[in-house]
Amino acid sequence: MSFEPKIVAFLCNWCSYAGADLAGVSRMKCSPNVTSIRLMCSGGLEPVFVLKAFSEGADGVLVCGCNLGDCHYIDGNYKTLARMTLLKKLVKQLGIEDERLRLQWVCASCADDFVDAVNKITEDVRKLGPYQKRQIIEEVETASVQQ
Amino acid sequence: MDDKNLINIGVYVCHCGHNIASAVNVEEVAQQARKYGNVLIARDYMYMCSSKGQNIIKQDIMQLGINRVVVAACSPRLYEQTFQNVLREAGLNPYLLQMANIREQCAWLHEPGPATTDKANRLVHAAINRVAEHSPVEEQKVPVFPATLIIGGGIAGIQAALEIASSQHVVYLVEKEPSIGGHMAQFDKTFPTLDCAACILTPKMNEVAHNPYIRLMTYSEVVNVSGYVGNFTVKVKRKARYIDEEKCVGCGICQDKCPWSTASEFDVGLGLRKAVYTPYPQAIPNIPVIDRERCVYFLKGKCRACEKFCEAQAINFEQTDLYIDLQVGTIIVATGYDVFDPTPITQYGYGRLPNVFTSLEFERLCSPSGPTSGQLKLANGRTPSSLAIVHCVGSRDENYNAYCSRVCCMYALKYAHLFKEKTGGEVYQLYIDMRCAGKAYEEFYERVQKEHVHFIRGKLATIAANNSDDGEDNLLITCEDTLLNNVITIPVDMVVLCVALTPRQDAEQLSQLLHLGRSRDGFFLERHPKLDPVATMSEGIFVVGCCQSPKDIPDTVAQASAASARAMAIISRGKMEIGAVTASVNEAICSGCKVCNMLCPFGAIFFDEDSHVSRVNQILCKGCNVCGAACPSGAISTRNFSTSQILAEIEGVLA
Repeated sequence: MSFEPKIVAFLCNWCSYAGADLAGVSRMKCSPNVTSIRLMCSGGLEPVFVLKAFSEGADGVLVCGCNLGDCHYIDGNYKTLARMTLLKKLVKQLGIEDERLRLQWVCASCADDFVDAVNKITEDVRKLGPYQKRQIIEEVETASVQQ
Repeated sequence: MDDKNLINIGVYVCHCGHNIASAVNVEEVAQQARKYGNVLIARDYMYMCSSKGQNIIKQDIMQLGINRVVVAACSPRLYEQTFQNVLREAGLNPYLLQMANIREQCAWLHEPGPATTDKANRLVHAAINRVAEHSPVEEQKVPVFPATLIIGGGIAGIQAALEIASSQHVVYLVEKEPSIGGHMAQFDKTFPTLDCAACILTPKMNEVAHNPYIRLMTYSEVVNVSGYVGNFTVKVKRKARYIDEEKCVGCGICQDKCPWSTASEFDVGLGLRKAVYTPYPQAIPNIPVIDRERCVYFLKGKCRACEKFCEAQAINFEQTDLYIDLQVGTIIVATGYDVFDPTPITQYGYGRLPNVFTSLEFERLCSPSGPTSGQLKLANGRTPSSLAIVHCVGSRDENYNAYCSRVCCMYALKYAHLFKEKTGGEVYQLYIDMRCAGKAYEEFYERVQKEHVHFIRGKLATIAANNSDDGEDNLLITCEDTLLNNVITIPVDMVVLCVALTPRQDAEQLSQLLHLGRSRDGFFLERHPKLDPVATMSEGIFVVGCCQSPKDIPDTVAQASAASARAMAIISRGKMEIGAVTASVNEAICSGCKVCNMLCPFGAIFFDEDSHVSRVNQILCKGCNVCGAACPSGAISTRNFSTSQILAEIEGVLA
């Protein structure tokens, strides 16, 4: 059987979750490999969520927020942008290919952007193959949870 | 059941008719759910949201002692509140619910089959894991101050003030200029009915002046706002008028006697006013101000002519700015717009060529109270015999503003009619698209077409001076006619540039003061573009009129009335429920680093110097968890979106 990647998506409540809902309402079709978790704001994405996802066996993580300038919390997504830049560096240092972690702005009416992002990350991660958990991430994850 | 710490989860999987059941094996999802820890019962049912479906949940809560509920159905954005109410009615805290979205983001999004059922299983597993981490959340209530602040005294602010005052609640109407009236007071006639703007506006302005519930503060500015819905404290700066408002009778003798003139702002620089002035004769209040920058007494220490002639002895050169604190429960922002300055479009020659006017200038030229008493005259004193009206100047233009200013097509038609009426001359409309959507607007368009106005579909390229030997200089306009597919030049006497409506220059400042968002075009951001166009993300603060987006007078008035109804709803409730999803700081862990203080977009986090920890104002907090994500100590947690809840959800998704 071919490799089916498991991917977690973190969606902000106001734009991206609504955009993903709209994709369903519009009966667009995308791969079922990506499962969403709703946050209030993409800026509320704690770094430990991403590490936890990889540590629990995710092959990829997709983070979606409102378009820049459209954040319901004024500028939460700028904080996402800054945080994701650092997070991508961090996962790389932990031995995770940084293509496995990506950011996509999805507005509440941008169902097609969501579907495209889901299909793209699924295909890219499928090509990369399963994520092999490294020892180091367990140590980091344990440490950050203990904190 | 007696053990209060025991977690008993009930899982309810909805078929949604065939909507979910045709793509997901619903029975299997319910069966699978029974295997997870803490799950006491898992059922599937045709329509969970039906009253019968709701009763199943209620009965299980009351009879089986279910104390956590997972509903696997549609999006929580749709029915979360419905199911929260089910819990509430069954005596359970509504936040002990978690929904698994197996319709929009599962059954509808993927092809039917095992992979889709597997995803549904993962979503339900995640919800079960998460709900075990839930704890009751108490909704908070705060008392409401029954007064309202309205910022801006144009037609939007006037309408809102009158609406609220009619409910016998106090309104503070704060206006920057010496008089209320806003842009509407500058207009000559209003489309499509052509009734005179002053005739319909001034009675409303008078009502404002005489309404006992309206506290009018002109020549004043809001300088500080603190607090939250129901309890705003507002600091208003009342600029010194140098005229005692109690004593002044509005006789106007000071203006007659003042020897110093300057360009009138009300007449957009086309007319003159004195250094002591009311912007226009119908001003409300009818009390002049002394312009410190222009008054010779202030500049050189001599004159005081106005003081000598004022019988009421109302002139007071010693007056100083006053700062007043107001307590209000709600705020309505009605600050209006600026007009686009076309000077940067050098090929149009505005400011360089004579007889090229902006639309606002043309309004003043047409107005009987304007600088020319409503006579259209060229710079050389002659009556113009032709007029070009240029649409979309600074609007629908990637170089300036991408948006449509919405009112220009209609007032351009009005100008064509007025010009025909006043001069009988030729009118050329240079338009991109005619947008005449509104009650009786299309009919007005047809009427003006029948008045022999030339419509040229194309954008103006240049305006040039056309000098002739007989001294009858005029202007030569060049534009592309996209319907005839050629470039045409037309000699005209006068040009009106229909300039864009833009966000006010002080919009940025006000957005920071009130924590309002702004959309990409710079106008204030509403809570929802379609379903909540007057509220903002700042609870208790509403936006109306052109500060939210360009709009015409009927829409502005409708929006102002809508916002007043919303403000009155808050006032009449007496108490206000505040969103329960908020952040809080675990003070035992907080290191006092203050990282969160600066990040909060709503200024909800403050630092307690005594105990050296950060605290969250529960009423200002909107629950975005930006602070929680940044806290290096993990001391901040957002209710119902806590770290442990999300981590549990991740485990479930990937199990």
